[in-house]
Amino acid sequence: MKYVTEFRNADLARAVSAEISTLVDPGRHYKLMEVCGGHTHTIYRHGIKDLLPDQIELVHGPGCPVCVLPMGRVDEGIEIAERPEVIFTCFGDMMRVPGSKGNLLEVKAGGADIRMVYSPLDALRIARENPDREVVFYAIGFETTAPSTALTLQRARKENIQNFTVFCNHVTIVPPVRALLDSPDLRLDAFIGPGHVSTVIGCRPYEFMPRDYGKPCVVTGFEPLDLMQSVLMLMRQLDEGRCEVENQYVRAVPWEGNLKALRSMAEVFELRPYFEWRGLGFIAQSALKLSEAYTDFDAELRFAVPGVRVADPKACQCGEVLKGVLKPHECRVFGTSCTPEHPLGALMVSSEGACAAYYNFGRKAEERVGARE
Amino acid sequence: MTDREQRVLDALEQNRRRPPRFDAPRIDMSHGAGGKATHKLIEGLLLPVLENPALAPLSDAALLPFGEAKLALTTDSFVVRPLVFPGGSIGELAVNGTVNDLAVSGATPLGISAALIIEEGLDTEILSREVRAIAKAAETAGVPVATGDTKVVERGKADGLYVITTGLGIADPELNLSPAAARPGDKILCSGTLGDHGAAILIARGDLELEAEVLSDTRPLTPLTRALKRSAGPGLRFMRDPTRGGVGTVLNELARDSGYGVALWEEKIPVRDVVNGACEILGIDPLYVANEGKLLAVVSPEHADAALEALRGVEGGEEASIIGEVREEPARMVLMHTGFGGTRMIDMLVGDPLPRIC
Repeated sequence: MKYVTEFRNADLARAVSAEISTLVDPGRHYKLMEVCGGHTHTIYRHGIKDLLPDQIELVHGPGCPVCVLPMGRVDEGIEIAERPEVIFTCFGDMMRVPGSKGNLLEVKAGGADIRMVYSPLDALRIARENPDREVVFYAIGFETTAPSTALTLQRARKENIQNFTVFCNHVTIVPPVRALLDSPDLRLDAFIGPGHVSTVIGCRPYEFMPRDYGKPCVVTGFEPLDLMQSVLMLMRQLDEGRCEVENQYVRAVPWEGNLKALRSMAEVFELRPYFEWRGLGFIAQSALKLSEAYTDFDAELRFAVPGVRVADPKACQCGEVLKGVLKPHECRVFGTSCTPEHPLGALMVSSEGACAAYYNFGRKAEERVGARE
Repeated sequence: MTDREQRVLDALEQNRRRPPRFDAPRIDMSHGAGGKATHKLIEGLLLPVLENPALAPLSDAALLPFGEAKLALTTDSFVVRPLVFPGGSIGELAVNGTVNDLAVSGATPLGISAALIIEEGLDTEILSREVRAIAKAAETAGVPVATGDTKVVERGKADGLYVITTGLGIADPELNLSPAAARPGDKILCSGTLGDHGAAILIARGDLELEAEVLSDTRPLTPLTRALKRSAGPGLRFMRDPTRGGVGTVLNELARDSGYGVALWEEKIPVRDVVNGACEILGIDPLYVANEGKLLAVVSPEHADAALEALRGVEGGEEASIIGEVREEPARMVLMHTGFGGTRMIDMLVGDPLPRIC
């Protein structure tokens, strides 16, 4: 793993930090949104906020796929998992995501056969090994994980594995960003574009951001120096009055994306007319379902999932917090009916969500602690 | 800060200080992970019913007055899969785990018990090997297995073998170890590389198809605690072995129970490259990974260098490091200065350390 240490070099970080400072207009407040949950993790884990001038605020966006999953979809997954004939498989961080009556970890404790996998191919292997059981893979994630689900389904069809289905909850990144940009009370200056998603979709899908909304976007990698360099690139654009899509993550992201992966996705998935996002409501064409050709593998059809909607509590104000209109403590349910143990909104689900971080650490979650000793 | 924000923060703080209520309808795996859910189980369900002065501090070993002396009593159960893993096995782990709970309480072990819960169908050869492992570990730690028990349960009721050990020791009358003894300025010592045991188990389970040479660090800590007592004397405030829940959880307990803050320096925290690599791939933080042969010690600043030297001079302590210190602020919280030059708050482990997808 030696190759990552170069991207975590504190001396280089200081140099980039100094360069960013020269571009800051002291009278201005800059809000940059990192769309992707992976970036939020990097920012938090390495303490990047301490390396940025006070005027630059990083706003955490809607890009954590487990956090944005609405309760209804979790409940439906749980309903499938509780069937005696089913082996239910999912990624590890899905286990704790709360539905209206509990999470998968609790359902497993109640006797359901739920197994954590690292890849959908592991789920397919379980199906192969257990021909008398129904194996369901709970697919989540943006365009980052969707191709692996697509490839798994292509393989399942090729091998004619009939006891394997996918409960598809894949979402796409552009529609929620567009929804945010469409809201009149949005206060953002620029976007730190997602890296992993872009290895698949490339940089072109973000061109509407500068063109239609006047917001620069830099597609960014996941090491702390990637983030720092991306902030620098955005600050340069703002300073020079440029507004465009740039690619910081050139070592992994081709401008046109991964055509092979996109072809697989196009064969296996189609867009849903609309999909619900926890805390954000319904967003048109923001999620994927299995295409006509793959209906045999669709868990929603095989188990006649009713598509029940569990309303986010009316009081939940994740959308406002996400847009930067409200601070976490200003939300009506913060700390009372919405807590890290019993989260209602997306921002309380992950420990790195803005609300969970504020709940655990108060102002310390956002304050700059200052120079290291 | 607005009045409203202050009110919200005050309410949260009040909530935090209130004894936890255990409201889960049934036990799930997170209750066994050693983090927040385990705390809730112990403090919300067990402690209120069993409440007594010996139990109340919830330390690694309870101290029971016995004439002029104090006896140290501890118990631990071992349910590891696979039974044998690189660097050790369940028998060795069961002895060391209990010896270590006595050791970090500042006690000298007098004897331990071992109860074996054996699953129908277990190969005699496997059982016999684990009994030999128990004997060998006990000999190394210099403590007799003075009593024991065996039970056999039906197939499917245990993962081959569970081992429960109880340890009895005599507490050092000179020492008064407790998180409450910590003072701002005290140094936090770590006896060696973190995460080896947890990473070795994860890799040995084979679900990950990772190939890496990581050995469990299981070992008795008695030589290390003796070295600390000798070198730091009254400057030794508190010791704990960061097993389940890892260093992140233990230091949060220290912060909470002392009322002070804990600051860490990431670059001082010893983690093997291969463990770091495995954690990186799995999206797990080494700070929350279990250790079975490491200790954390809080030592007064004037004794810290001598204590560090002493640890480094003992087998198993060669890579000891001062990883942080106790501070006034942020009170009751753990803050890490990252290698990248920023800071990060370290929370207690929330559930099982689950791999991230994003």
